[in-house]
Amino acid sequence: MLSKRVIPCLDVRNGRLTKGIRFAGNIDIGDPVESARKYYEEGADEIVFYDITASCEHRGIFLNVVEKVAENIFIPFSVGGGIRTVQDMRDVLLAGAEKISINSAAVKTPELISEGAMAFGSQAVVVGMDVLRVPKSREIPSGYEIVIHGGRVKMGLDALEWARKCEKLGAGELCINSIDADGTKDGYELTLTRAIADAVSIPVIASGGAGKPEHMLDAVTKGGASAALIASIVHYGSYTIRECKEYMAQHGVPMRLVW
Amino acid sequence: MLAILDYKAGNQTSVLRALQHLGIPAAITADKTELSGAEGIIFPGVGSASQAMGVLQSQGLDIFLKEAVARQQPLLGICLGCQILLESSEEGPVQTLGILQGHCKKFPDTLQQPDGTHAPVPHMGWNSVVLEKDSELFAGVDKDAQFYFVHSYYVEPAPELATGFTEYGGMRFCSFYGRPGLWATQFHLEKSSRAGQIVLKNFYNYCKEHSHAV
Repeated sequence: MLSKRVIPCLDVRNGRLTKGIRFAGNIDIGDPVESARKYYEEGADEIVFYDITASCEHRGIFLNVVEKVAENIFIPFSVGGGIRTVQDMRDVLLAGAEKISINSAAVKTPELISEGAMAFGSQAVVVGMDVLRVPKSREIPSGYEIVIHGGRVKMGLDALEWARKCEKLGAGELCINSIDADGTKDGYELTLTRAIADAVSIPVIASGGAGKPEHMLDAVTKGGASAALIASIVHYGSYTIRECKEYMAQHGVPMRLVW
Repeated sequence: MLAILDYKAGNQTSVLRALQHLGIPAAITADKTELSGAEGIIFPGVGSASQAMGVLQSQGLDIFLKEAVARQQPLLGICLGCQILLESSEEGPVQTLGILQGHCKKFPDTLQQPDGTHAPVPHMGWNSVVLEKDSELFAGVDKDAQFYFVHSYYVEPAPELATGFTEYGGMRFCSFYGRPGLWATQFHLEKSSRAGQIVLKNFYNYCKEHSHAV
């Protein structure tokens, strides 16, 4: 049976690992290559690596860091941040990533999803969605709105409508990041995660808010996600990846426990 | 030395990195002299079967691979390479290499997850491989280890070749088949953490012992 995945997310700024709360106040917490290797050794099922400032400052991706990470970990590996063209995607894939994650650029240029899927296959294209809870309206019937540029710009686009469109355009996976929950350690936005998981048939990754293994269990059970993205919970050593995975397995979730 | 067959199929570099990490001498190549001189060949691949067959045929690599197998040069197919070794693929559809008996088929769209919801295709993620018979390729692999899969088509080799099986969406399919010196895995060994590395190492050890390199 297919296992649910635990995916540590490495936010990188200027080549260093960083972690912010609600997308602000980033602090330096280490070397991304070392962290990637550590999480690989600890049983991460996949690793996500975001160049978090790239889309704001238009700096592009740190391909050399991507390459070093790829030389050290032998599990799937995705890269996001500042990817705006098919050529950007190709560069990242050639540097050693299996998947590219696009966010702001996909909202601005949805064809990027279909072009990426055509060129590299849907399995290589993850669409990251930053979502903000808003009052329900005619424009945003689900009460969840897409925001871009690290949560700073509202797009007037309903998250459910966008998720369905991404799937139709050929996205292989959706990573749903709740701006409201991000960095709070209070748990994932389960209502949002479940709504999107029910709306599409591609895998959904829950992101934002994990503070303990119970939250991850909720994401893949109540939230219907295929994977739980984590950051603070492991970056600060509160839990190891093994502890998270064993907890989920003890509660009946199929997990990879031997590596 | 292991040769990684270069037919522009995407994941050659990942395979090379995994071998380098294990200290196994390896090179990505489409050069037939270099390929024949290798102790073994890894036939990787992601992408579509019909496209891949086109590239192989245009470079005469289809004939080369058949000859390599005929002179018992060890060969390991991974993912698309695993599918193309058989006679045909529904992805196209296209006639494939026909080095081993069997066919490659598309997953039905009726697959269901344990909770009754639709199971997505591609089958992507970590899953178990249950061996129906022993294989030296899996020596030292923990029986609970899992492997990384990404595929929309599955293989149905001749029953005597089918060695390992995987369950997804209520369906059981062959994920590992072959015979000594000619193996194929649907899963990505190069992305399957330590379990994948053990299998790659076992393949290299077999190649060193049985090399018919010219």
